Amino acid sequence: MFNLVRRIQGGVHPDARKDLSVGPEIAYLPVPERLYLPLRQHAGAEALPLVKVGDLVLKGQLLAASPSEVSAPIHAPSSGRIVEIGPILAPHPSGLNVNGIVLECDGEDRWIELDVPADPFSLSPQVLAERVAQAGVVGLGGAIFPAAVKLKQGTRHEIKTVIINGSECEPYLTTDDRLMRERAAEIVEGARLIQHILRAYSIVIAIEDNKPEALEAMKAASAHHGAIEVMAIPALYPMGSAKQLIFEVTGREVPAGGRSTDVGVLVHNVGTAYAIQQALRYGKPLISRVVTVSGSCVKNPANLEVLIGTPAQTLMDACGGLIGKPAQFMLGGPMMGTVVPSLQIPVIKGATGLLALSEDELPRKDVSPCIRCSRCVDACPMGLTPLEMAVHARADDLDSAGESGLRDCILCGCCSYVCPAHIPLVQYFQYAKGKQDERRGTERKNSYIKQQTEARAARLAEEEAAKAAAKAAKKAAAAKPKKEVES
Amino acid sequence: MIMATLALALMGVLLGAALGFAARYFAVTDENPMIKEIEQLLPGGQCGQCGVPGCGAAAVGMVEGTLPVTCCPPGGMGLAEKLATLLGVTLDAGEMAAPRLARVEANECIGCTRCYKACPTDAIVGASGQLHCVLLDACTGCGKCVDVCPEDCIDLVAQEPSLDTWRWSKPQAA
Repeated sequence: MFNLVRRIQGGVHPDARKDLSVGPEIAYLPVPERLYLPLRQHAGAEALPLVKVGDLVLKGQLLAASPSEVSAPIHAPSSGRIVEIGPILAPHPSGLNVNGIVLECDGEDRWIELDVPADPFSLSPQVLAERVAQAGVVGLGGAIFPAAVKLKQGTRHEIKTVIINGSECEPYLTTDDRLMRERAAEIVEGARLIQHILRAYSIVIAIEDNKPEALEAMKAASAHHGAIEVMAIPALYPMGSAKQLIFEVTGREVPAGGRSTDVGVLVHNVGTAYAIQQALRYGKPLISRVVTVSGSCVKNPANLEVLIGTPAQTLMDACGGLIGKPAQFMLGGPMMGTVVPSLQIPVIKGATGLLALSEDELPRKDVSPCIRCSRCVDACPMGLTPLEMAVHARADDLDSAGESGLRDCILCGCCSYVCPAHIPLVQYFQYAKGKQDERRGTERKNSYIKQQTEARAARLAEEEAAKAAAKAAKKAAAAKPKKEVES
Repeated sequence: MIMATLALALMGVLLGAALGFAARYFAVTDENPMIKEIEQLLPGGQCGQCGVPGCGAAAVGMVEGTLPVTCCPPGGMGLAEKLATLLGVTLDAGEMAAPRLARVEANECIGCTRCYKACPTDAIVGASGQLHCVLLDACTGCGKCVDVCPEDCIDLVAQEPSLDTWRWSKPQAA
């Protein structure tokens, strides 16, 4: 059960600092005054609001529907009245706004009538996957990919193994650890439901070996179920990244540009498994999540179960408020999390953590030239050459950057972490990937415009031809009776 | 003697016909083939934002060197980079003018349908007596709608950055 030989390459061992927040049990935050719900808290298209300002809604009521397959609906986390539908501050480094719904809570927290199935295991996989879609469940490990889309892959690919991701490799975050210790039975049922939907052969619950209590709890909860293995994996960043986890657990490498289904595996976070279980067993939509509030600027770091849309300030106040001078606020972990402009942002579905970091906890800014020591090459978990990619990214040579590996970069930040010259490597790659997206967008628009121009020209030509044909027909019709009269 | 003359005459006719056929079939236009290639890459909306009438003229201008490769805002930086490699010119990584797209002022629109008939990419939706609206995905900012609007209620506006268009800027490092 214990992996003595680590199979993945690269990776780093940052100071985990999990002891700050892992002690206390998950605490429940009371219902806040207002909830701010961005219409896009998932990968894919923005949800479309179904309610109007002034509407009274119940807890769990559908507020916004998915317009397409790759999207997720938004539900009311508590009962109350809709006070605004418009731009709200987005939890995004740009400081821009996002379209959202503001819900003023009445404090009564009344549930809508839920559709509770008698036994979810008796329902067909398609019905269950559709229920997960309707519950708005997305990847709670931070990737926020709509869970139902992944679950529907069971009909298209043979899924041999479902991996439940309990690694939580990012420093500071302990939400999955506490979830596994306190709600192991529900997570195991969620895992079994996922296996049932995907018709997978087995389940592996992968937990990093720095979480012995979680390992014990999950082993106890899964003991009397068949085809579930609880595996301890070496604690390393980024072990929780899907491709790395798959390689460590199964020994199979996801091909470059490929997906995990290519090797017969699907990965779900423990939080997602819990949310799926709540949706399928109790009919509850995704309206709350556990968030780790941590960092050296937080007075009492802890894990809190909060309603989606709660302002970050409320969480910070519940943890005793700020101490010292925070230099940066982040949603998620410190390696791959989102920098947020202030605490006035809402907690969204993908917020695994809320961090208030001091100057000492941030990377140093004094940059010196690259000495080609290649520590970044040793550290890269994808086996790329960051020093080459950075040279091309700096020269804005996107094609060469792509060829030297930018396409496969997962933006984990291991390279920047180890660089002795403090070169902002992962920031160069974020910039380069952004430029690639921009280029793809313009190319797509240009070909669309060409299509439109040609279609319009064809339509006008058709109209001209139809007009001419009608004219000719009219002439022929006018000429005929004359001929008949004559003969 | 007659046979010799006839034989040579026949050869002359055959070779002449072959030459004529070759002249038609293998003809190469005087025009630089690069111009056609570049015209294929351009958006084709004939918007005129580059300063010359039409994408064909812009292609000619770029080949002759009278127009820079960054002259086409709808094409964006992606197009500029492609053209730079094709023409073998260096491209300084400066910012290009962001495309300005049309916007109908809903309060002033009378639903006359003139703008959507003028749009070369069908980017305006509307009907007689109904409000007209611009589909930004299809608009190139050519300005034809602005010219025909009797109420003067269409403007070309620069696009505000949104969460979809925001990108990380380049890290400033040594």
